[in-house]
Amino acid sequence: MRHAAIEYTHDEHQPRGLARWLFTTNHKDIGILYMLFGLTFFVVGGLFAELIRAQLFQPGQHILAPEAYNQVITLHGLVMVFAALMPVTAGFANYLIPMMIGASDMALPRLNNWGFWLLPVAAVVLVLPFFLKMLGIGNGPIDTGWTIYAPLSVQSGLGVDFAIFAVFLLGASSLLASINIIVTVKNMRAPGMTMMKMPLFVWSWLMTSLLLIAVFPALIAGAAMLLTDRHFGTHFFSAAGGGDPVLWQHLFWFFGHPEVYILLFPTAGIMSQILPTFARKPIYGYRAQVYSYWAIAALSVVVWAHHMFTSGMPVGGQLYFMYSTMAISVPLAVLFFCWLGTIWRGAMTFETPMLFALGYITLFGIGGLTGLVLADAVADQQYHNSYFLVAHFHYALFGGPIMGVIAAAYYWLPKITGHMYNERAGKWHFWLTMIGFNTTFMAQFFLGAAGMPRRIPDYALQFTDLNMVSSAGAFVLGAAQLLLLYNVIVAWRGHGRPASDRVWEAAQGLEFTLPSPPPYHSFTDQPVIS
Amino acid sequence: MTTSTSARHHYYVPKPSPYPVLLCLSLLLLATGLGLRVNGIGAGRWLIGAGALPLLYVLFGWFGSIIAESRAGLYHRWEDRSFRLGMMWFIVSEVVLFATFFGVLFYERSLSVPWLAGLDPHFSPWPGFAGGWPTAGPAGKAFEVISPWGIPALNTVLLLSSGATVTWAHWGLRRDHRQQLISGLVLTVLLGVVFLALQAQEFHHAYTELGLTLGSGVYGATFFMLTGLHGFHVTLGVVMLTVILWRSVKGDFNRDHHFGFEAVSWYWHFVDVVWLMLFVFVYWM
Amino acid sequence: MLNPRRLSPGAAGVCAALAPALAAAHNPFEFQTPVTPIAHETLHIHDLFLTIIGILFSLGMGFLLYAVIRHRRSRGHAPATFTGPRTPGQWILVALPLLALVFIDYVIMGIPAYHAVVAMANTKEGATLVVKITGSQWAWRYEYPDHGIAFTSSLATPREQMESGSPTDPNYLLEVDRPLVLPVGEKVRILLTSTDVIHSWWMPAFGIKQDAVPGFLRESWVKIETPGVYRGQCGELCGVGHAYLPIVVEAKTAPEFEQWLVQARSAQGKMSAEAAQTLSADDLLARGQKAYQTSCSACHQQNGLGLPGAFPPLAAGQGFTATPEMTEELARRGFYHEGKIVLGAVEQHVDIVLRGIAGTAMPAFGPQLDDVDIAAIVTYERNSFGNRSGDVVQPAIVSAARREVNDRETRKEASR
Ligand code: HEA
Ligand code: HEA
Ligand code: HEC
Ligand code: CUA
Ligand SMILES: [Cu+2]
Repeated sequence: MRHAAIEYTHDEHQPRGLARWLFTTNHKDIGILYMLFGLTFFVVGGLFAELIRAQLFQPGQHILAPEAYNQVITLHGLVMVFAALMPVTAGFANYLIPMMIGASDMALPRLNNWGFWLLPVAAVVLVLPFFLKMLGIGNGPIDTGWTIYAPLSVQSGLGVDFAIFAVFLLGASSLLASINIIVTVKNMRAPGMTMMKMPLFVWSWLMTSLLLIAVFPALIAGAAMLLTDRHFGTHFFSAAGGGDPVLWQHLFWFFGHPEVYILLFPTAGIMSQILPTFARKPIYGYRAQVYSYWAIAALSVVVWAHHMFTSGMPVGGQLYFMYSTMAISVPLAVLFFCWLGTIWRGAMTFETPMLFALGYITLFGIGGLTGLVLADAVADQQYHNSYFLVAHFHYALFGGPIMGVIAAAYYWLPKITGHMYNERAGKWHFWLTMIGFNTTFMAQFFLGAAGMPRRIPDYALQFTDLNMVSSAGAFVLGAAQLLLLYNVIVAWRGHGRPASDRVWEAAQGLEFTLPSPPPYHSFTDQPVIS
Repeated sequence: MTTSTSARHHYYVPKPSPYPVLLCLSLLLLATGLGLRVNGIGAGRWLIGAGALPLLYVLFGWFGSIIAESRAGLYHRWEDRSFRLGMMWFIVSEVVLFATFFGVLFYERSLSVPWLAGLDPHFSPWPGFAGGWPTAGPAGKAFEVISPWGIPALNTVLLLSSGATVTWAHWGLRRDHRQQLISGLVLTVLLGVVFLALQAQEFHHAYTELGLTLGSGVYGATFFMLTGLHGFHVTLGVVMLTVILWRSVKGDFNRDHHFGFEAVSWYWHFVDVVWLMLFVFVYWM
Repeated sequence: MLNPRRLSPGAAGVCAALAPALAAAHNPFEFQTPVTPIAHETLHIHDLFLTIIGILFSLGMGFLLYAVIRHRRSRGHAPATFTGPRTPGQWILVALPLLALVFIDYVIMGIPAYHAVVAMANTKEGATLVVKITGSQWAWRYEYPDHGIAFTSSLATPREQMESGSPTDPNYLLEVDRPLVLPVGEKVRILLTSTDVIHSWWMPAFGIKQDAVPGFLRESWVKIETPGVYRGQCGELCGVGHAYLPIVVEAKTAPEFEQWLVQARSAQGKMSAEAAQTLSADDLLARGQKAYQTSCSACHQQNGLGLPGAFPPLAAGQGFTATPEMTEELARRGFYHEGKIVLGAVEQHVDIVLRGIAGTAMPAFGPQLDDVDIAAIVTYERNSFGNRSGDVVQPAIVSAARREVNDRETRKEASR
């Protein structure tokens, strides 16, 4: 590859130290920032989760008073979804997409920087009420559950206002990142890199971006209405003025349901990068997967009210949302089918990324299949807001996306840092995660079926044993994640052995044609793909 | 996959910039300040002030550097395409934003109000509520609505004409008629300002004489949120048009290099279309 | 058939040991025992669906495990190169599972689901009794409009149990002071609404969970098959007391139910008679203390000191910092002065409890509590937590305030 004179006229006076990270316009720097931010908040959200499980370890009031418990579960949900998972996947997108399509950088680098730095601002705004409370102002952070249902959220304290502003900031951040990715994919591909040659990870993020643009503004609008209902006398969510509390649920879930695929898509793409490498076999059903993405994205915006089966919808609504929800199982089954097809008759080896990818299929299989059960409008009367639901969405959120980003971390960490992680620790991490995870959340299916409601700090005695099991599992699960931190440090500090350019024997893709770690500016001249 | 290198010229990647982070700092102060302010805490005001200053600095600095880069000839067709796509998708997100508010209007009007009026009268918390539109809801105060055929109709004419004058200015630019460009823009800005003045007068009228306020049930809420959000967009549009006018006077644009102009005119047309929808669904029907 | 006599003693011993274990090892996915048609329906659907997804999961895992075991490099397996189905046979193999999934979705699962949805929505046909349920923070109010009976039902688990950290009460958090009583074998139409935020009336054994939305009405129905006591909980996050909002239903046979109706009606009569009486200060204080514990202490706390920033203390002289929006409203009502809570006028006090403070978490207790309770609570409050006003508030004052509120509403209605 030829390195010609480049347009980066300023390389000589690149800022160093903190200024480099604050002012950077480089997609790799920004990608790393996103990933570190996400990892940090994964630990924060995880510590909240451990606090929840400690409180629920046995009945009776223990660690958290009821109001503190509500704040902790709300922050756990919001942090995990918006500050851990989304940033990590956005980090992989920033780091990898330009390399994968042979671009010099993202199309709009300054906006890229802005999109990232909005996140820490949003996080600060979200938790600020906690510190304000210490000053005697207000009663702490938002405590309405991550779904922020009106009118509880109209009634609740100033934590909600700060959460609303955080939503505005998060929305701006997500929209900026999405616009940037769409433009990059449309405009920056190397010659010969047609849409249907793009790695599926790039496709998956393109779909994610489209979904974000299609639904995030609805949440922003809803949050604005909540703000005016709280402070400026409007009645969007209040019957006294002709409004409807359930309207909030429509707005939230119009955003919220596609949001779960926004979380899922990037990792579905990651699966199609990892599985072929370790099966040493090309992707099965590339086109089918792309079409499935489209089908899932299209369906995802018309099924939202399956979260509202108990809110009192007319029969027609119940039936429509039930049947349309079931339809999503078909394109998702296609993805599963293609993943299985990819490893079928391959020559598999089982390095850590592959283990996590297989764990993903297993756990997300359970999450997806139980989702199918929840789609039944009548049976959902039993599942809704019970621990059965909590178990479903943790199988779907941890079993899917989180397993996926962990797999991705092990897969690309050597590329990013230039050093391997510790394989033994990686295997331990996998098995402990599987054991801890299933113990934690299988027990919750049983709890839910037996009738335990979610979002309660204390419970009836018949739920004691299973809650203990679940909490014990959660402690194992949490401890296992320390191995992830350990491995990130091993690779980062260069303790592992140096990684080759290709890293994995059968790895495909432009990023693996560059050295590990790749140079600051990957493609100063665009490669031509034939 | 074989790779060789392409002969395409290089994409311009701007150098590290302090503006985005500064903007974030400003937003942090603004969000915190507003959060405190809406809860009636005095310190909020100071934070808002402190946040507005860096905001101004950033606006001038960031746009200034874009203008400087553009003048230095760093943007070519390839970069230009990125800007266009970016602006296009930004407008798509704005469309969703407004569509949500319209969705809320339709929901309240054709679902929630009739539902409330149709509850079983023996048990209804609102016996005697008749529904209909406009309404302040079962517990709201009576009000009068604004007739569409006064100022709103006039405003429609104004805004539509302003769409025409921008386009006329664009033709001027494409044919290198500087005079036409500038007078087209001046007219557009003027029409926008008059629109805003009339709108402000109308809000005043609604509040003081018609009893129509944000608190007038779902009618007042959707009315002021939709028209207010639109008015906010018009204000932004006028500011951006003024900047474009200033840049045109300085001679920044030429016939095939004027993304800034086009972005603003797209935005202006978008605001125009939203108004038409508003006129039909909020004022008229 | 096995003849137990022909089994060796050893085998018999093993069987005897296993039997209780087998009996105890029930399906862990099982719901609570269903006692209404809808609950049977949901359990049936639940079992059916879980079987189906169990099979789907096993098939998927079967393929996965087979591949993992057979198609590994360490066994020298050479990788194939196919990237999709090619021959018609392969296409059929690919299409089959997807078609099967569509069949499962819309026929095996879809048809029973359809019938269940329609059955659940049929709330009126053949209903012989109407019960109106009003959710609030944090008590349920049950009304039998045809019988003129209404009462409030709230958590009866004593606070000491919760705070002890090791509860032992078998119905811990699932006990109320007055359960809802329903007849067995009759279709009961349930109407739901709420006074403040969304609650959800969830009774697992009945298979229903229906949200109570403030300002709206929602419907459901039950037809209980067996007499007994059934327990459930609020199913929608409704603030700090969400975990403490149990539901208890006592299902009685028809004659027993009739008997209960008579009893309840006469108790109701006694209550209104009581409201017309003048009660002694001691009576009011005792009653007020009890009612305070159930209705108010979740927010204002047992010691009347509230929670900083959120719930103001009721003890005069206590400092309270909150947002100016809150404190200004309190000051306007004469309950706040220069950073401290003060004891405002009796009329305002009654009004606050009766109608709540709009736009804040302070709920209106008018719809939940009767005049005697409210009078008792106000009396108790004004003479506890260090408050020594000496005021004795009689139920008549509350009834008067209630009437005035109603008159005002009617006038407002008429003026429109
Ligand atoms: C990443 C996140 C994610 C994903 C992907 C999903 C996927 C699905 N979810 Fe889930 N869901 C959540 C996250 C997610 N969900 C969350 C967070 C909530 C709760 C929010 C809250 O209330 O707080 C929720 C709640 C929720 C509800 C609301 C329940 C209630 O509140 O009462 C429903 C109801 O229909 C539902 C359904 C579904 C369905 C049908 C899918 C489908 O997309 C699933 C389709 C997939 C399949 C059908 C699997 C196909 C696979 C095979 C056939 C082979 C498998 C076997 C192997 C290879 C092993 N979900
Ligand atoms: C991506 C999203 C995501 C993820 C990954 C998780 C992960 C976990 N969640 Fe969470 N959860 C949600 C999203 C998520 N959750 C949402 C949206 C809700 C709903 C909120 C609401 O009701 O509004 C919820 C609610 C929720 C509840 C229900 C609360 C209630 O309703 O009362 C519970 C209870 O057990 C729970 C537990 C856990 C546990 C044990 C984990 C574990 O998997 C976490 C394990 C990870 C770690 C622990 C981090 C790593 C830590 C370290 C490396 C440090 C070492 C730590 C120790 C040794 C302790 N979650
Ligand atoms: C949902 C929580 C909640 C419950 C339950 C509740 N209150 Fe309150 N109460 C509040 C809040 C919040 C305020 C402050 C309202 C404001 O900001 O203006 C308040 C204010 C008050 C005040 C005036 C201020 C003061 O401190 O004296 C009184 C009196 C009062 N409540 C009495 C009661 C009584 C009596 C009950 C029970 C019958 C009760 N409250 C139950 C939340 C609650
Ligand atoms: Cu009422 Cu939860
Ligand atoms: Cu969903």
